[in-house]
Amino acid sequence: MFRRLDPPPETGNETGTVFWKGAPLEVMLGQSVAAALLEHGISTVRESAKSGAPRGPYCLMGACFECLVEIDGMPGRQACMVTVRAGMRLAPQRGAVALDTLGE
Amino acid sequence: MTEIAVIGGGLLGSAIGYGLARAGCQVTVLDEGDSAFRAARGNFGLVWVQGKGASSPPYAAWTRRSAALWPDFASELAERTRIDLQLAQPGGIEICLSEAEFEERRAKMEALAAQSTGFVFEMLGRNALAREMPGIGPDVVGGSWSPHDGHCDPLRLLRALQAGLRAHGGALCTEAGVSAIRREGAGYRLQGPDLHAERVVLAAGLGNAALAPQIGLAQTVRPVKGQILVTERLAPVLDRPTTHIRQTGDGTVMLGDSKEEVGFDVSSTAPVLAQIADRARRTFPALAQARIVRSWGALRVMTPDGLPIYDASASHPGCYAVACHSGVTLAAAHALDFAKAVAAGALPRELAPLSGERFDVQAA
Repeated sequence: MFRRLDPPPETGNETGTVFWKGAPLEVMLGQSVAAALLEHGISTVRESAKSGAPRGPYCLMGACFECLVEIDGMPGRQACMVTVRAGMRLAPQRGAVALDTLGE
Repeated sequence: MTEIAVIGGGLLGSAIGYGLARAGCQVTVLDEGDSAFRAARGNFGLVWVQGKGASSPPYAAWTRRSAALWPDFASELAERTRIDLQLAQPGGIEICLSEAEFEERRAKMEALAAQSTGFVFEMLGRNALAREMPGIGPDVVGGSWSPHDGHCDPLRLLRALQAGLRAHGGALCTEAGVSAIRREGAGYRLQGPDLHAERVVLAAGLGNAALAPQIGLAQTVRPVKGQILVTERLAPVLDRPTTHIRQTGDGTVMLGDSKEEVGFDVSSTAPVLAQIADRARRTFPALAQARIVRSWGALRVMTPDGLPIYDASASHPGCYAVACHSGVTLAAAHALDFAKAVAAGALPRELAPLSGERFDVQAA
């Protein structure tokens, strides 16, 4: 659905491997997690905590909280606000964040 | 031409308008529009009894009455409008973070219980409180518990009242700010929306200060800012509301209860938000890990003594003015008891002590 336009000048062409639900994805580093997932056609990244309906990145600027994912075991992260790094383990956010699963 | 015009489309005006329409009146509610300081769009959502009216038995009784009416009020409204108000009245707690706060709270609750028959409360020390509210932090000294307290979703309440108004044949006009009220025949002409009404209920929040003198009443109201933080949706973590922290039916946790006298300013400010977050973190340490998704400021409608004002005009027959900052808690009493009495042509008798005449200085 989404196709990359010319990479912005400050973004290099360095790539790395992240894991989405355990499966490796080759992504361009330096962009947001949301953009990296969208580039791979992954537009559903979570289920609504309220209704269970599928949701995906929408505003891409930190306002709508639609793109929540689990990053390296930390739930409820905004995929559009986190820069993708090689080796990240990414998973869909399912249901509401439980406070006792949070923490270092 | 309308039988009764309600000036103000917030929680107060919408509850009264809904109640009047429900009582068979032909009602038009006039809402100023998005330029208004909408307390109804910014409040915390407590249906709260404990601590209210320690200095005023009539206000304590009116608050208790409304909390008792709330379950039937909410279920009738939900049936009419299909809007679930997320009402829960499991009892509530005010958390105390120091011995001084705890003793001050005890004195206030004892004073309230002394003059409010049937008011139930208990001061819970740290251990007893931890059984009621697991997860309290080491700074928590204790709290006051009362079974009368609860909470609801205030935005759904506003929407349901306005839908209920329409369902009973009433009208809601938006962008209909009233600039002046003039006598016209046996009724009144409302400038702005240019509407003729036989009777008028003024419920314009902070707008009452300018409009009340035009119907022969003085309503001194001032803005008191409150700021609120809201977390992401969380799995159920708080079973009951506290005065500063509550988990909504949708899972978000609201943090609030700042009070600032800064005029007509609704900005949210980092120092106050930080204080609110810090108190929340000391109360329930796990909340430190929740993400904040929104914050806002809104203006309470505050009277000189903090109690509501209910006035019927002596000089302008059929005109009433109401001001209060308990639009959620008192919604049931406003929609039922208050509206029924006004539909019949008078204020409820038990509200006579809450007339604005209490502020009049007597001539020597």
